[in-house]
Amino acid sequence: MFPAAFDYRAPTTLGEALDILKERGDDAKVMAGGQSLIPLLKLRFSQPALVVDIGRLPDMADIKRDDGHVRIGALVRHVDVERSKELAKLVPLMVEAVHWIADPLVRNRGTVVGSVCHADPSGDWGSIMLALNAELVAQSKSGQRVIPVDGFFEGPFTTSLRPDEVVTVIRIPLPSGQAGGSYHKLERKVGDFATVAVSVQVELDGRKVKTAGIGLTSVGATNIKAKKAEQSLSGRELTDDVIAEAARLAATEAEPKDDIRGTAAYKKDVVRVFVQRGLKAAFARAQEVKA
Amino acid sequence: MKVTMRVNGAERSGDVEPRVLLVDFLRSNLLLTGTHVGCDTTSCGACTVLLDGDPVKSCTVLAVQVVGREIKTVEGLANGANLAPIQVGFHEEHGLQCGFCTPGMMLVASALLERNPNPSDDEIRWAISGNICRCTGYMNIVKAVKHAAQAQAQAAKAPEHVAVAGGGE
Repeated sequence: MFPAAFDYRAPTTLGEALDILKERGDDAKVMAGGQSLIPLLKLRFSQPALVVDIGRLPDMADIKRDDGHVRIGALVRHVDVERSKELAKLVPLMVEAVHWIADPLVRNRGTVVGSVCHADPSGDWGSIMLALNAELVAQSKSGQRVIPVDGFFEGPFTTSLRPDEVVTVIRIPLPSGQAGGSYHKLERKVGDFATVAVSVQVELDGRKVKTAGIGLTSVGATNIKAKKAEQSLSGRELTDDVIAEAARLAATEAEPKDDIRGTAAYKKDVVRVFVQRGLKAAFARAQEVKA
Repeated sequence: MKVTMRVNGAERSGDVEPRVLLVDFLRSNLLLTGTHVGCDTTSCGACTVLLDGDPVKSCTVLAVQVVGREIKTVEGLANGANLAPIQVGFHEEHGLQCGFCTPGMMLVASALLERNPNPSDDEIRWAISGNICRCTGYMNIVKAVKHAAQAQAQAAKAPEHVAVAGGGE
């Protein structure tokens, strides 16, 4: 299999990339590591006239802390997250979750930001970023725009990114107090898409929940932020009853379909169980953090 | 488009369309057919090569993406007539049956040993989890990697035995 023919540009500066996108953005696809895009090109589900390879842009492969955020550059690969001591300390949810993404070889090549922008409803990073309340920084010739991940996904493989824009950074707010996260994923084998996955992040204020983030993978047309479940936790102590109620609500927010990986009813129940387990694990981890 | 990259230590170039996959460039343009095409869908790892030392699936990389980079294929493992420790390991422990997955398995394993010279069984299984052996010969593949790890450790202790252990890189 090989893709349909396309023009190829590999800009070496951001300015050059933005010029190309301003001119030909409507017909172009931006490629970072290509681990999601190249399979689609090969299957000819996607046939762009132009592929803009941002793999040669400078200063985009850094994980940096600044001003209450961790900033993940557009060329940070999954394996870089896996090996990051800083992220293990600051956002352990990401480092736990990364082991569930694709397989070790794909992780050597694919990027976090690329995966979020690909907007596959079965993608892992989308729901993790929804749980973490992350924001994307998008650049175009007309300037910079900060886009919350909540609202970014419009449908399968569809986002609110404009054709002339490229995401340069995803930034994750750092918790001010005790926080913990967890990622639960059900997959048939390494490298398969999730049957269901759930990411949970909680920040505590004493024994009570200050904020909770819950993101759902593979149970709808996009990654889903389970807002009703999140709100039900706000200001509450995480008793078994409170956790069970949030899990029940999250299951109602999931919109899975029957497919080869399971029935809709089964997947909803997996959401319920994973939210329950995830909240318990995240709560325990948050309590271990020294305030 | 003209592409130039280092393959197994030598500069190689060719003229390809942007849509040409790295695996096809290696096999068709450079005639390095040791890199296999298995599933062609990023699943099986038969097409594994090392890109700047990291194993990647060359069916899911465009040749134009790796201009100026360093590629290592299975043909680059042996040093002349001396097999690399990982090759000796696969030979000694019967780490292959049909052999189709073997180039990818050996490259993944050599990258693992580079980062982690003494991996546990679990770490080996983790490292090869993106590579499928359809003969299901995983037990012996794990043994082969351990054999190579031991040979490398011995070679490091007694440099004069390098040739006996099958040669270094």
